[in-house]
Parts: sequence; structure tokens; C-alpha cells
Amino acid sequence: MFRRERSIPLRGSAAALCNNLSVLQQRNLTHFGVVHGPSAQLLSAAPEGVPLAQRQLHAKEGAGVSSPFITQVHWCVLPDRVLLVLASHRGIQMYESDGSVMVYWHALDSGDASLVQAVFARGIAASGHFICVGAWSGRVLVFDIPAKGPHIVLSEELAGHQTPVTDIATEPAQGQDCVADMVTADDSGLLCVWRSGPEFKLLTRIPGFGVPCPSVQLWQGTIAAGYGDGQVRLYEASTGTLHVQINAHARAVCALDLAPDVGKLLSAAEDTFVHIWKLSRSPESGYIEVEHCHGACVPDTQVCGARFCDPSGSSFAVTGYDLAEILRFSSM
Amino acid sequence: MSVRTLPLLFLNLGGEMLYILDQRLRAQNIPGDKARKVLNDIISTMFNRKFMEELFKPQELYSKKALRTVYDRLAHASIMRLNQASMDKLYDLMTMAFKYQVLLCPRPRDVLLVTFNHLDAIKGFIQDSPTILHQVDETFRQLTETYGGLSAGEFQMIRQTLLSFFQDLHIRVSIFLKDRVQNSNGRFVLPVSGPVPWGTEVPGLIRMFNRKGEEVRKAEFKHGGNYVAAPKEGSFELYGDRVLKLGTNMYSVNRPVETHMSGASKNLASQTQESIAPNPLAKEELNLLARLMGGMEIKKPSGPEPGFRLNLFTTDEEEEQAALTRPEELSYEVINIQATQDQQRNEELAQIMGEFEVMDQPRRITSKGDDLLAMMDEL
Repeated sequence: MFRRERSIPLRGSAAALCNNLSVLQQRNLTHFGVVHGPSAQLLSAAPEGVPLAQRQLHAKEGAGVSSPFITQVHWCVLPDRVLLVLASHRGIQMYESDGSVMVYWHALDSGDASLVQAVFARGIAASGHFICVGAWSGRVLVFDIPAKGPHIVLSEELAGHQTPVTDIATEPAQGQDCVADMVTADDSGLLCVWRSGPEFKLLTRIPGFGVPCPSVQLWQGTIAAGYGDGQVRLYEASTGTLHVQINAHARAVCALDLAPDVGKLLSAAEDTFVHIWKLSRSPESGYIEVEHCHGACVPDTQVCGARFCDPSGSSFAVTGYDLAEILRFSSM
Repeated sequence: MSVRTLPLLFLNLGGEMLYILDQRLRAQNIPGDKARKVLNDIISTMFNRKFMEELFKPQELYSKKALRTVYDRLAHASIMRLNQASMDKLYDLMTMAFKYQVLLCPRPRDVLLVTFNHLDAIKGFIQDSPTILHQVDETFRQLTETYGGLSAGEFQMIRQTLLSFFQDLHIRVSIFLKDRVQNSNGRFVLPVSGPVPWGTEVPGLIRMFNRKGEEVRKAEFKHGGNYVAAPKEGSFELYGDRVLKLGTNMYSVNRPVETHMSGASKNLASQTQESIAPNPLAKEELNLLARLMGGMEIKKPSGPEPGFRLNLFTTDEEEEQAALTRPEELSYEVINIQATQDQQRNEELAQIMGEFEVMDQPRRITSKGDDLLAMMDEL
């Protein structure tokens, strides 16, 4: 069972975006990143939830009538450093982990597209010494990040999607050949499964069914995908086989997260509910199995972000559209 | 954010405006022929062909203030006049109503059904004018053409863009409070029962499959809500059962509607901050706004028809009181910036609008042009 902890006040409410919460644990502090709209807020909190430091980040300006909107903030944990990545309707900004110094800026090349459709970056994940960021065009940009310094290079552009990328999930490769260690999702619900490396290789495509897949996670060869129709589906990453289909929510799923130590999955949706699931493998068949552990309603809150706050999944945090606080829950 | 959002925002807010005006015209016992003329004039201005062409061009959304200017002008497209306090209240009601509809929309795509509900009702307001009726049908056709082919993902971004427009707006509306769809803190109640969206399964079931795709096990879990299956999908055709009730006229039964500003202050800190920050893009926004409004043809009240003033409040005293007690953060007419460059900018804006007036309708420089300048000064 989980109980509500003291919530953390935000200076601005959370925007109605999927995956609108990033959490980074460092020593005794938990860092939170939330998008408000044209700005994003970073804050650090002690275990009791007392906010200690705050910072506002803004999307770089460009041509246009209004300030560019931010689509996502996410901390990328690389082998030698942690970078904060901010994706917007103008481009990709990479900062030192505390948001103090911008080390890299990549402007999106819209061509003529901006006249008829929105141009944006969305979906951020680290894989080895790479940071991968999705784009409106369906492309996934792969940046090679040096151990230190600003010499970041765009090393590859992956073409697997035809519609805007929504989310990217990765897990550390286990050292074997041909192991799927990255999944990308898009607006049509299509998933692409990749093996990272000096050259990324597309292993499998898992077709969608007409609804977007706003959030995706990867754990020990299992893909967890949350869809716009409230379903959560679990696939075998190496083959793309569907093993579990959960009628999990009554509205669009907008965030998934995984507690890697225990294989717990957190799903959050616009129906005001968050659920926690336990993933496992059947000892006999080796198939992926799932068990419902906990469900909670966040009354009158269209949840837009949800993350575990520790690797064992004993606490989590939630943001909601129009809500100027981060709600925290921990197990009793 | 999506560049396909403005037509939906404008048409739905316009629909809500017409609902409220219709209700107030009846409540204030305005003679039938005058009331009909007002609605006909406003609808005909709203669905003007040239204006709709500008509206449907892919573009970003305007700020709340800039859009308010468009409705100010639209509300005064006939012989009816609204003073500042009534206009403020009208805009508050419109925006909160559409915010509610977007928030509760079952699927992002259903925002189109909400729009059709508004258009269906607007057609019911039109009296003895096949021309205006045709204008609305033409807009319906444009909506189908523009939005019919969009994917679920594109609608999701449209909905997110609309929600960002309404973010931090928590004005309490009596009709919502009474119906218990809004809480006393200004946030809307999100139901956890009733039909799920079309295409969504009732939550509570887990199905597991083997390698061949055969179902090997089924398990149930307690979701916590109390949902039922969706009855049927609403019709996206010109005539049809929309099924969805969001966007229909909630004022058709005569009852008073009040707004409460006091409770709205909770989240205003951020909003105020934004309005204080000088916005270098405002001029560009006004350029676009001028182009958009260039398509809006306003017929100057002429002939023997005398005008009248509509009050959104029950009494004139209440209206005066509302004008005095409105929280500063919520006033659309004042920008709390003192810097001289902003004054300069305001003059520039006035000039922009002035120029547009001169180019577009030279015969109105003296009369209507002055009104418009005054209106732009108020921005």
C-alpha cells in the first residue's frame, strides 16, 4: 500500500504533455523536472520533500508569434556524466545536470514543414554514451556524448518511423550479441526495437493499431507500451511477440515508468488513476507475466507525468495538468 | 504545438458566446425581432467566408488577450452593446465552458464532435436566412476537409495545445458549481464512472498470450473506477447523432449564471508573471491578428434600428460592482507594464490597426476606426 506524502509546490502548473515528469536521484537529493509550457522547472528536494533549489529553463527563442513550447525535459545518465536534455518546438538543448550551463544546442531543421505542421523534438533517452532524441518527422537523432566537455556530435539519424516520435526507452545491454536495448514509439502506435552501438541496428518493428503510444519502457528484454486507448501491452523485445494485453485505464495512458531492481511497472493515465504492476517470467514457459499490485486515484487530476523515485519502486511522484504541485507517494 | 488549433478554438468559443447571448437576450426581455437580428448579424460575421479562410490557414494560437479582442469585435457586430464588465464576464464564461469540454472530451478526436454540437445549435439560432445557414454549412465542410483526415496523434496534439491555452484559468462558474462539475477551487470534477471512450475497453482485464498468439490465461483486477462500455460512436457527418453532449447548449433552460473571481487567485502568480514580462512577440501577433480581423466585416448599425445594451448581470448595480471588484490579474484591458518602450509599442499597435483599417475599409476611419483604436488601446 502507498500513502500520500507531503507534495512539492511548483512555481507554475504542469502542461498537458505526456511523460511530463523527470526524476533523478543523486545521493540524498531527488531532482524533479516538469514542463510548464514555454518554460520548465527544475527543483531538488530532500527526502522529506522540502524543496531546496529551484531553476527555470526556457526554450531558445526563434522566429514565430509565441514563445516556443517545451515538449519534454529528461535527465540522461551516461557512463561518465549526467546531462539534462530539453526538447522543444525549436530544437534540443543539453545542459549540465543542474541546468546551470547549456553545453549543446541543436536547432531543428523544419524546411517547409513548419508551414503546415508543428515541428518539434520529443522522446529522450540515453544509451551507452549516446543520447537519442525523437523528432516530429519520425527520425531519431543520435548524439555522441564525450566523457566531458561540449564536443557533442550528431552521429546518426535513425529512420524507422513515419509519424512523430513520442517516447524512447533504453536499458543497459547485457553484453551479448543482438540484444535489443532501445525501443522507440510513435504517434501511430508503431514500436521500433533497436540494438545500440557505433551504428544502431533496427531489429524488429511492432505494428501499431491506430492509436498513439505515448510512453514506452524496456526491462530485461520486455517492452511495456502504454497506448492512447488506455491499454498497456507487454512484448518480447527480441521477437516483437505480444504476451500481455491489459485493459489498464479508461483514458489515454500518458506515462509509464519502471523500477529496474524489482521489475515494477508504473502506469498513469488521463482517467486520474495510477497503477503499479509486477512483471515477471513464468518459470515453466519463460513467458512474460504480470500481476496488479496497487491502484490509486488522484481525484480530478488529469495525470501527465509519473515516475518512481527509487530503483526498488517503493515511492513515486505524479504531476497533473493545471496542477502546481508534485504529488508524492511512498509505501507504508 | 499544433498549427491546426485556432479554428476549433474560435468556433467553440464563438458557439458558447452565442449560447450566453441568446440566454441573456431572453432574460432581458429583448423584443424577438431585435434578438433575432443580433444573433443573425453575429453569426453572419463569425462565419464570413474571407474571415474563415484566414482562420483555417495553419497558424499558432493567439494569446488570451489578443483573442479577446476578436470576440469584443464580434459581440459588437450588431446593434447590441456590452460594457467592459459584461464583456469580461461573457469571455470568462465562454472560456471556462470550452475548457471544461476539452478537458472532458473522451478521445482527442471528439473535440470535433464538440465543435459540431456548437455548429448544430448555431444553425438553430439562424432565422429566415438561407445565406447565413449556407455559410455555416460551408464552415462545416471546411472542418471536415481539414480535420477529417487527421490521425489520433495529431488530435492529441491539438487537444494539448487547447489545454495549454486554458492552463491556469480557474474561474468559478455558478452553473458548474451547482451541477457539481466544478470544485470550489475552480478545478473541474473528472468523473471516474460512466461510458469509456469509443474504442476503449472497460478497464479491469489482463489477457496473456503464448508465442503463437493464443490466449493462455485471463485475470481480472480492480481498477477503482466504475465504467461501462461506450454505446456508439458519434456521427461526424453533416447531419447526425453526435452522441456526445459536450458542446450542446447548457443555458437553454433559463437560469442565472454567475462567475466568482475571488476563488480564482490560487494559481494566478504564474499568470501575472507572464503578463508583466514584456513580450517582444506581441507586435508580430498583432500583425497576424490584424490580418485575421481584416476578414471580419462589421456592418455599421444603420437605419432606424436603435441599438441597446445587454447586461450579463442581473442588475446594473451588480455589473458596476463587478467592474470595480475584478481582480487586477484577471483584467484583460490593463497590461501592468510601465516601461516607456511598452507605451511606444502600444502606439505602434494602434498604428498597425489604424493602417489596416485605412487600407481595408477607408470609409470607416472616422467612426468605427476610432472605436477600434480605443479598443486596441485597451489591450
